[in-house]
Amino acid sequence: MTAAATTPRPTAARTSTAPVLDVDALLDDPATATIVCCGAGGVGKTTTAAALAVRAAERGRHVVVLTIDPARRLAQSMGLTELDNTPRPVVGIDLSAGGSLDAMMLDMKRTFDEIVEAHSDPVRAQAILDNPFYQSLSSSFAGTQEYMAMEKLGQLRRASDESGRWDLIIVDTPPSRSALDFLDAPERLGSFLDGRFIKILSAPAKAGGRAYLKVIGAGIGFVTGAVTKVIGAQVLRDVQTFVAALDTMFGGFRERADATYQLLQQDGTAFLVVAAPEADALREASYFVGRLADEGMPLAGLVLNRVHRSAAPSLSAAASLGGAEALDDDAAHPLTAALLRLHAERMAIIDRERRLAARFTAAHAHVPVAEAEALAGDVHDLDGLREVADALTD
Amino acid sequence: MSPDPRWNGVRLHVVTGKGGAGKTTVAAALALALAREGRRTLLVEVEGRQGIAQLFDVAPLPYEERRVAVVEGGGEVRALAIDPRDALLEYLDIFYKLGRAGKALDRIGAIDFATTIAPGVRDVLLTGKAYEAVGRRLRSGGWEYDAVVMDAPPTGRITRFLNVNSEVAGLARVGPVRNQADSIMRLMRSPTTAVHIATVLEEMPVQETADGVAELRAAGLPVGAVIVTMVRRPALSPEQLDQAAHARLDPAQVARGLTAAGLAHHRAAVVTALLDEAAEHAARVALETQERERLLALERPTYELPFLADGVDLGALYSLADELTAQGAA
Repeated sequence: MTAAATTPRPTAARTSTAPVLDVDALLDDPATATIVCCGAGGVGKTTTAAALAVRAAERGRHVVVLTIDPARRLAQSMGLTELDNTPRPVVGIDLSAGGSLDAMMLDMKRTFDEIVEAHSDPVRAQAILDNPFYQSLSSSFAGTQEYMAMEKLGQLRRASDESGRWDLIIVDTPPSRSALDFLDAPERLGSFLDGRFIKILSAPAKAGGRAYLKVIGAGIGFVTGAVTKVIGAQVLRDVQTFVAALDTMFGGFRERADATYQLLQQDGTAFLVVAAPEADALREASYFVGRLADEGMPLAGLVLNRVHRSAAPSLSAAASLGGAEALDDDAAHPLTAALLRLHAERMAIIDRERRLAARFTAAHAHVPVAEAEALAGDVHDLDGLREVADALTD
Repeated sequence: MSPDPRWNGVRLHVVTGKGGAGKTTVAAALALALAREGRRTLLVEVEGRQGIAQLFDVAPLPYEERRVAVVEGGGEVRALAIDPRDALLEYLDIFYKLGRAGKALDRIGAIDFATTIAPGVRDVLLTGKAYEAVGRRLRSGGWEYDAVVMDAPPTGRITRFLNVNSEVAGLARVGPVRNQADSIMRLMRSPTTAVHIATVLEEMPVQETADGVAELRAAGLPVGAVIVTMVRRPALSPEQLDQAAHARLDPAQVARGLTAAGLAHHRAAVVTALLDEAAEHAARVALETQERERLLALERPTYELPFLADGVDLGALYSLADELTAQGAA
């Protein structure tokens, strides 16, 4: 713990001029049933989700938090040592307010396997699980992780509706290379599995397939011939087995994707867009805010992590640097000169962060913002998470 | 300083790193540094983020090699955003003269299928395009590009991304895709390639860097340098840092200094604030020192790029490129 954290300091000015997002009110509201944390990679989404979960549980909610890819030590501190797709109680939570906290880590492949097993008989399921195309789809298809995160959210929602074990679900979202993936993944996967190519490959002999191909102006032999030439006959056979095996499941995939999409639009859902005060992260956040509005998904606000603050905001970067330069002349106060330079650097960062936050708010004046100050070290225990949550609700 | 001889003969520089560690910035600065003295480099991105266009402040890059920067001495950096669909259509056209059939394949979703689900095909296409650029000759017989720099996927996925063979092997035992994968792997494993890892001096990114180095080595891929980004120079002497960390800096001394600096009217609140900021700085420096030692233990050439309080613009990229040159990275 640094001296800075123990010394009471005057309230430092916020970075953003947007309305304040009241995080505690959001967590305490019994109508809040699902919180989805989303944003660019590397902005502290997982930590934010975990910190909010701890806070909500210690304020009396029955919480389950779904994390995607937590740092090793953070995962351990929450008891997430096994990747087994099962929510487990987090040890060390203050239960005096009557709440509880369970946590789980997403196992994307396991989640997919379970859907396959639920939708087909054992023999067919095994054929699918063994197929190289399925294995690729379930472990490396761009979007599978996003889709499975949403699938798991749907499962947790149904489980909690049935058992009443949880009244608040908090989900972290995968570090998508763009925010788009997360909303589009179920649709993309669904349309892929419904796709024409798959249908053509799976039913080359059917009259319908032929008619279809005539319409699009290419003979079946022409297409499969080209495919065979490029990828080889053995690959084509694997694809056909895969497609035939998955055929019965298409409807199931579609339905599930649609159900999850509707769940995200419900009133009880609150999206939190997480960002750091950096140009890339805020650009992504801005895009996401627009996208959520387009999709009719309820946005609660922006969480701005890692902002810099100073307890002496009235001493500007320029004045501080000027002072340091004045001291350089007689070299009698090297310590003060160094401290003023340090302060000037910090104020320069703060100014830059303010400009970036102002740009975001200019475009989205109605979006409330909660800020968390940058911490000196990484967060890897419950106390660290409490500190993050305290900063967000200050 | 002249370039580290270890990079002699390296013509494909792959830059990976944890998200947020400045991977794209490092790749761009390296491409600029390698374009000195009239050389030509190609900077490629493979994840469709258009990060290069944003960094160089140009319109989104098409699937076409475009000049994005010139370097003193007649050098230039061209950039290319590799799109797997376009790469596949191009590939089909060149090797199979598929013209019309290629379009038909696209209409029925076969191209989407190949570029999204067929195991490893997407990665073969992305790395394959870089491979093609590395081997491309001018009519005069020289290389079209002196070096190709790839802004690659993050550390967590890099080994799998470069190790296209293992993915494809499960699928295509023979055939053109397999042949293509084999020749790409020969390049990736050869001394012509170096995989550099960008990181910041924080616990998680450093851990990922260590894991990445181990994975790359296990896969027989050539680990290049570790490039540390956003490095802050300690503002205090080691002795002052120690005192700051233990709350032993003298407030009276700082107060006298502020008066001497003509900032007396700020004194009361400012002294405490400055001491707090010094303590935070000391904590940060201590953490960075510890992480730096962990990086040194990896025994790779390590370069450090400074933190830029104003963010990275085109001018800053040139100064980062100079920094890489001065440290022997290029």
